[in-house]
Amino acid sequence: MTDVFLQTRGLTCERDWRVLFSGLDLQIGRGQMLQVSGPNGSGKTSLLRLLAGLMQPTEGEILYQGQALGRQRHELARHTLWIGHAAGIKGLLTPEENLAWLTALQHGASDEAITTALHAVGLQGFEDVPCHTLSAGQQRRVGLARLYLPQAPALWILDEPFTALDKKAVAQLEQHLADHCEQGGMVIFTTHHELQQRPAGFFELELGQ
Amino acid sequence: MNWNWGSKRMGKVFFLLLVREARLMFRRPGELVNPLVFFAIVISLFPLAVGPESQLLRTLSPGLVWVAALLAVLLSLDGLFRSDFEDGSLEQWVVSPHPLGVLVLAKVLAHWLFSGLPLVLLSPVLALMLGLPTDHIPVLLVSLLLGTPILSLLGAVGAALTVGLKRGGILLTLLILPLYIPVLILGSGVLQAALQGLPTLGFLLWMGSMLMLAITLTPLAIAAGIKISVGE
Amino acid sequence: MNWTWFHRLGSPKWFYGISGRWLPLLSVAAVLLLAAGLVWGLAIAPADYQQGNSFRIMYIHVPAAFLAQSIYVSMAICGLVGLVWKMKIADVALQQSAPIGAWMAFIALLTGAIWGKPTWGAYWVWDARLTAMLILLFLYFGIIALGQAISNRDSAARACAVLAVVGVVNIPIIKYSVEWWNTLHQPASFTLTEKPSMPASMWIPLLLMVLGFYCFYAVVLLMRMRLEILRRESRTSWVRAEVTQLTGRKS
Repeated sequence: MTDVFLQTRGLTCERDWRVLFSGLDLQIGRGQMLQVSGPNGSGKTSLLRLLAGLMQPTEGEILYQGQALGRQRHELARHTLWIGHAAGIKGLLTPEENLAWLTALQHGASDEAITTALHAVGLQGFEDVPCHTLSAGQQRRVGLARLYLPQAPALWILDEPFTALDKKAVAQLEQHLADHCEQGGMVIFTTHHELQQRPAGFFELELGQ
Repeated sequence: MNWNWGSKRMGKVFFLLLVREARLMFRRPGELVNPLVFFAIVISLFPLAVGPESQLLRTLSPGLVWVAALLAVLLSLDGLFRSDFEDGSLEQWVVSPHPLGVLVLAKVLAHWLFSGLPLVLLSPVLALMLGLPTDHIPVLLVSLLLGTPILSLLGAVGAALTVGLKRGGILLTLLILPLYIPVLILGSGVLQAALQGLPTLGFLLWMGSMLMLAITLTPLAIAAGIKISVGE
Repeated sequence: MNWTWFHRLGSPKWFYGISGRWLPLLSVAAVLLLAAGLVWGLAIAPADYQQGNSFRIMYIHVPAAFLAQSIYVSMAICGLVGLVWKMKIADVALQQSAPIGAWMAFIALLTGAIWGKPTWGAYWVWDARLTAMLILLFLYFGIIALGQAISNRDSAARACAVLAVVGVVNIPIIKYSVEWWNTLHQPASFTLTEKPSMPASMWIPLLLMVLGFYCFYAVVLLMRMRLEILRRESRTSWVRAEVTQLTGRKS
């Protein structure tokens, strides 16, 4: 089923007097996974931030379910989960507290769900220590634990989700992303890593041409 | 604009943000003390600078207490959004379906409760050191109680606009101090009126209405500033 | 009401064209008005019976003060237009106006000081209007500094717009509180302009100067905006053609 969920028309992004990309038309529907690739500085992160609503395009528009984004911002926000380079994890709080706050911003989750999610990313035993005592990889996984909560939003926009993860965690995340798409979700992400597992709806966009 | 105003979720998120901020501040208690020490030191500078003659200090005391409190609030505001900006929390607020204005209001309220309110509570001690008569202490407290939230809210506008900038601190003071002037005039004016035996209720009501105005309007500006800084 | 002109403003090219046609007209008007006002005010108008000849500085001080305030308000309006309708022209107008406004405020303060010395014996007095003008100058500095500090052009424009709108809401509050502060501390308050009846021979040159200053502001602003538009749109073909024509060289 590919009802168009999110679509861009003539999207142009200019930063610091440089045009990163222009006239970009893309669309993504349920069950699809989009990998945005290209050399450094080609605007991959900028495109993701535009789609997540953190930046405004220089020109062009984004359509949600066929209509201009304008008044539907909040509607789209409820169905979007964004994890950027900085995942919004505070070092002074524990993984449980961090997750509880981050999901409260969207749907909220029960304590059991949070504990299960932390176990799923391999952090059992670390749920209640301050995050600044964890390693970089572990802190990264706290951010990714949001993807394992029930009622996760449909669209996941992830900027380099595989950084600082070891091989096993990478494989697990790939599987999880593929499962999400197969169940009708969507993933848009950038990475320098070659995906081993690709779901049926996988496609790639090359920037910097 | 779909604002979820009536929803209980919004109230819950507001409260959860307050709890989160409280946790963060109590796990770094040292930072809470800095503005208080600054306040005390600045007040102490004045007798050292103008001489300890008590009549002079008493006349100057309303203004001195207010200027010192104002500078202490400004100092504490510089880092208001910085750590949230750096670890990506601000991004999550912008992307969230909840109105950003309400989230920032919770943040500023938490900041005022833990930074501004202690200043207010410390002020009587420092004012007495400058020779303010004790019967004027209640007026001092009320004026600071009404004034420091206005200072926090206005300062948060500047903090939101400058959070992503290097050397944002100095720029913040340059942007915000002119806007602080009416609050300063009213706040110290109330105290001076009290010292001269004039009625103070009118001025306090004026400050109250400025506070209401600030609470309703500044969240819009603060949210706009955050979106600009995050979208950089 | 026909709003097409408003939407046409969204096109830098259209703005450039129409401002090019208005510029000569405004320049001539500015020169004539300022010349007439200066000659009349500084030389011909009768000396004030109280202040002698020193009041003539009013012919520069008052227009500068008017301009300083109205430029800030117009900046706030541009800021609002830029934030709501996302017009680049509004952003350009705001940032190019700021230095002009700052200079006007400075001139108002300087001429106020020059006026003050023979009148009160001191170059600076903390009266309500001068103090409010000083605060306005600080507000201008803030906007200029913020615009310089942010490297991304669009973010800088939006940040200045937010600051301008916040500032303009504060300006009446600042004015009232400074006036009140002044009366609190100086029961016999001085004012720099004697509002009561000025004979026509005094206020007509003043009016000419005010209008001349506005035309001058318009001329300088349009020139600065045109330059900024050429810089921003430098990659488009119409700008290349324009630059070639202006400099006589292929760019």
